Amino acid sequence: MSVDLSQFIPTFLEESFEGLALMESRLLSLEVDDNESIHSIFRAAHSIKGGAGTFGFENVTEFTHLVETLLDEMRDGRRVIASADVELLLDSVDCIRLLIESARDQSDYDEAKVAQTSEALTKTLSQGASASDVESSPAPGGEVEQKAAQWQISFIPSHHLVKTGNDPLLLFNALADLGPLEISAQASELPSLLDMDPQELYLSWRLLLTSAASEDEIREVFEWVEDECQLELVQLEPEREIKQDKGNSNSQAEEATSGAEIAAEKPAGPVTAPCSDKSPEKKPEKSQVKNKQDAGSIRVGVDKVDNLINLVGELVITQSMLSELGNDFELSKLERLTSGLEQLLQNTKELQESVMRIRMLPISFAFNRFPRLVHDLSKKTGKAIELVIHGEQTELDKTVMEQIGDPLVHLVRNAVDHGIEPADVRLAKGKPEQGMIKLDAYHLGGNIVIEINDDGGGINKQAVLDKAIDKGLVEAGSNLSESQIFDLIFEPGFSTAKELSDISGRGVGMDVVKKNIQSLGGRIQVESAQDKGSTFRVNLPLTLAILDGQLVRVGSETYVIPLIAIVESLQAKGELINRVSGDMLLYRLREDNVPVLPIYQLFSLPADTTEVENSLLVVVEADGQKVGLMVDDLLAQQQVVIKSLKDNYQQVDGISGATILGDGSVAMILDIPGMIQLAMKSAQKNQAQHYSANVLAGETV
Amino acid sequence: MTKILVVDDSNSIRDMVSFTLKGAGYETVEARDGQEGLNTAQGGGFDLVISDVNMPNMDGISLCQALRKLPAFKFTPILMLTTESSGDMKERGKAAGATGWLVKPFNPEKLLATIKRVVR
Repeated sequence: MSVDLSQFIPTFLEESFEGLALMESRLLSLEVDDNESIHSIFRAAHSIKGGAGTFGFENVTEFTHLVETLLDEMRDGRRVIASADVELLLDSVDCIRLLIESARDQSDYDEAKVAQTSEALTKTLSQGASASDVESSPAPGGEVEQKAAQWQISFIPSHHLVKTGNDPLLLFNALADLGPLEISAQASELPSLLDMDPQELYLSWRLLLTSAASEDEIREVFEWVEDECQLELVQLEPEREIKQDKGNSNSQAEEATSGAEIAAEKPAGPVTAPCSDKSPEKKPEKSQVKNKQDAGSIRVGVDKVDNLINLVGELVITQSMLSELGNDFELSKLERLTSGLEQLLQNTKELQESVMRIRMLPISFAFNRFPRLVHDLSKKTGKAIELVIHGEQTELDKTVMEQIGDPLVHLVRNAVDHGIEPADVRLAKGKPEQGMIKLDAYHLGGNIVIEINDDGGGINKQAVLDKAIDKGLVEAGSNLSESQIFDLIFEPGFSTAKELSDISGRGVGMDVVKKNIQSLGGRIQVESAQDKGSTFRVNLPLTLAILDGQLVRVGSETYVIPLIAIVESLQAKGELINRVSGDMLLYRLREDNVPVLPIYQLFSLPADTTEVENSLLVVVEADGQKVGLMVDDLLAQQQVVIKSLKDNYQQVDGISGATILGDGSVAMILDIPGMIQLAMKSAQKNQAQHYSANVLAGETV
Repeated sequence: MTKILVVDDSNSIRDMVSFTLKGAGYETVEARDGQEGLNTAQGGGFDLVISDVNMPNMDGISLCQALRKLPAFKFTPILMLTTESSGDMKERGKAAGATGWLVKPFNPEKLLATIKRVVR
């Protein structure tokens, strides 16, 4: 019989990552004599080691064992906790994470780092505290065929054996599993009935076992009572070969190989057991790995589920009320029908909100990496920095959370690198030596706002302006407002760092941060004051599953334009239209020239109006570029649920998804950045390549 | 039906132990730490307790001591799940009244074979 445990691997992984996060945060805030923390760090390491052993992730077990041993010494007070040890443990947490990730994704890991850390751990353990005895797993017995032998066993238990819950009869049953067993009881110790305590055990036994089991295996049955009995084993006659029935043996050999067995039995899933030697298989594509993480599980509080059940209950009540009305409907019941439908609307709204909330997680999932990040950066730059986190319980959709992590990391790095000044500069300015970075998150309407604030030097307006002029981003002598100047730092290729540091350089600039935030349908703003510091404010929608849209009609088709992209809608006046070479039309909107995109042309549709004059233009903006979308009619504004076109059909240029409207028809959601690119392409096709590209780049004509 | 209380703060270990036991036809009740285990045990009716040693709120050794004080658990087998097969650990377990110990890494076949020594 064999039990397949691979189904528990995802739980183990989830638990391990949680444990690692806990270890990390506790290590970062470790105080002297902080026994509670050390205990919980130890427990986390202990659980990881136990689970990894079960699933056969041997390198994780091995490595974590070292960590656990070190923690154990700290826990027992045998070792004083030095800051170097804490650093080493932090590195160890990283290594365990690497090992577990590599086991999960069947990918390689940074072996040098793990080897180095493991060596450092071994070295630390050998110094100072007495190294605890390292358990070594018993070597698998190499006997292929074992001979049955007769064993004579004398078992004299102590009188109080049953008080620990042991029962001789069950021990004998376990022995009988090893082979034929004869039992004879000795009652010589039995006192008279008057003196007998029914809770004591007065009997002893003599047993005769014929089995191929080794002496160790037989002794193992008595393992739990060996201190509470006299046990003698005598081997009588070794003979006859027996084929071992693998089924119910519990030999060491089998135990030692069980990990491998489990690995061999399970379907080729994302995780395999021992990955100490590199798998010759091709590594999964990066995107695949990503998907695997995205399809992870989510833990939901019971209250959320209860709430959902209640709402469904109410929905059912409303439904039964409505169907009763519908059974024999007459006009006199119209009022009740209307109120019933209102009730239904209310139920649906609440249900939708609750379902959305299921996927919401506290933003602490994104924030919890920052204490470590700031700790490391602070060491690297030699700047003393305190990190203050507020609002970590603010909830946000899991999908948004997964994508906002990197931009936030960049913003925090940026605050350390460009924001906080070196200690001597701070002191000269009369500020405290220690810089402070504050992270804050809060809900605002249907959005979440994340603020990254530092009390550093602030953004130097003049330097930004000079640089922008230098790069040709703005005309020399132009009069820009403060916020316009700050916004320049989000321009591609803009960096005010005197030299590229390896902290926030990395070839990624604020432009990428802005782009990523925009692709989530969010905004980023910056405020700054000289020598007081800067605040970056990221504003994000709470979910990616629902979008506030403007419905527009083109011919007989309905399209959805994301409301966040719309600047304004207007009726085109003839005198403001410029036709440049080719088919490119420009509309003059105050000081901008906006290219006009007739949607009917783009998607080859029959439309009511093909003339720009007096047509409706919806001016949208993406990536700093405005275009006017020409439509036949503006319909309602409503929230739409986004369905992926890629999953259900295939990717279509200029369309980001689809939704189903109230009347059951399907409407496409326009992908504004994509549309702009399409417009660029079609402009180039019209052989006005040079000219229109210049026009699109914002040159006035 | 044999009823077993499984106490462990690790979800995956708890799930696996329960899964293995249920698969072998035992009934299981789970608890996340010693305190919860003790509260659950008050109801009695358990034929076996399997508990981790290192847990928050109340560790396995304390749980074992507390259970032995309950009349209903006077003779009930209590097994400790442990990675520490050191003599010291066993002595502490024994002193607290533990019946025996199961050494992690957890192996389902071995678990089932071993608990036959303490439950019918």
